[in-house]
Amino acid sequence: MAKNWWKAVAVILVLFALIGGLLIDVPRLPILNETIRNLFYHVTMWFAMMILMTASVVYSIKYLRSGKELDDAKAKIAAEIGLFLGVLGIATGSIWAKFTWGAYWINDPKLNGAAVTILAYFAYMILRNSFDDEEKRAKISAVYNIFAYVLLIVFLMILPRMTDSLHPGNGGNPAFSQYDLDNTMRIIFYPAIIGWTLIGVWLGELKLRLHKLRIKKLEDEL
Amino acid sequence: MNFKGTAILALILSLFSAVSVRAQQGVEMADTMRSEGKIYIVVAVIAIIFIGIVIYMISLDRKLSKLEKELRD
Repeated sequence: MAKNWWKAVAVILVLFALIGGLLIDVPRLPILNETIRNLFYHVTMWFAMMILMTASVVYSIKYLRSGKELDDAKAKIAAEIGLFLGVLGIATGSIWAKFTWGAYWINDPKLNGAAVTILAYFAYMILRNSFDDEEKRAKISAVYNIFAYVLLIVFLMILPRMTDSLHPGNGGNPAFSQYDLDNTMRIIFYPAIIGWTLIGVWLGELKLRLHKLRIKKLEDEL
Repeated sequence: MNFKGTAILALILSLFSAVSVRAQQGVEMADTMRSEGKIYIVVAVIAIIFIGIVIYMISLDRKLSKLEKELRD
């Protein structure tokens, strides 16, 4: 049990963020109104996703150096959980867009960038499934994963900052930032990111243990 | 004016200034829902759902531990 302390931390942080995110006083900003609280829910999905994708690419690079099957499995699982969080990010953003802009999707650099990133990781999953040879699959998908991570950095972090976007925080639209001078939101926002990332790691750990069991069972049968 | 009176006046003035700051911004928020205390119902619902999912994850975690132990022996 002692090695599971971080799971308790994850639960406490997420619970704190879920409850605190609804109860604390937030800045009164136009357009956003009460939905500024989505920072604690929608935005944390993306942050946790980016952290997990970083873990994924680190394991892919590790695999390319070591050639260990387990590193490849870790890269795949981290990307799977990250992709899951990314899909939740897209879905929650889409609901918000419907009620704020009047459409589930608009042609906006930030939104399209997010879609490209998600698609790049779906392609990673499809690529993985298209190989029969395990070593070939691991090697090629590890290289592709590095490419997908570069796409993530470009389309989620760089391009939306270079162009104008309707998304909060871009192009002078109100959002939580140093210009809006609100430090109270950080008290919820940062724990939420850590908490959801750890929940993602927990899910990944479960998947990895299942994977190891499957491998062990196959080895025992041989 | 005695001390009590001044204090009450100051309190009323400070309340007024707080209200006027909010009115100045004029951004609509869910203030009615909050004043009625119904936000706590939403908080309770969300907390229960999350705790339920966590309990499910813990039971999955335990089942895996059991399987791992079985395969080790």
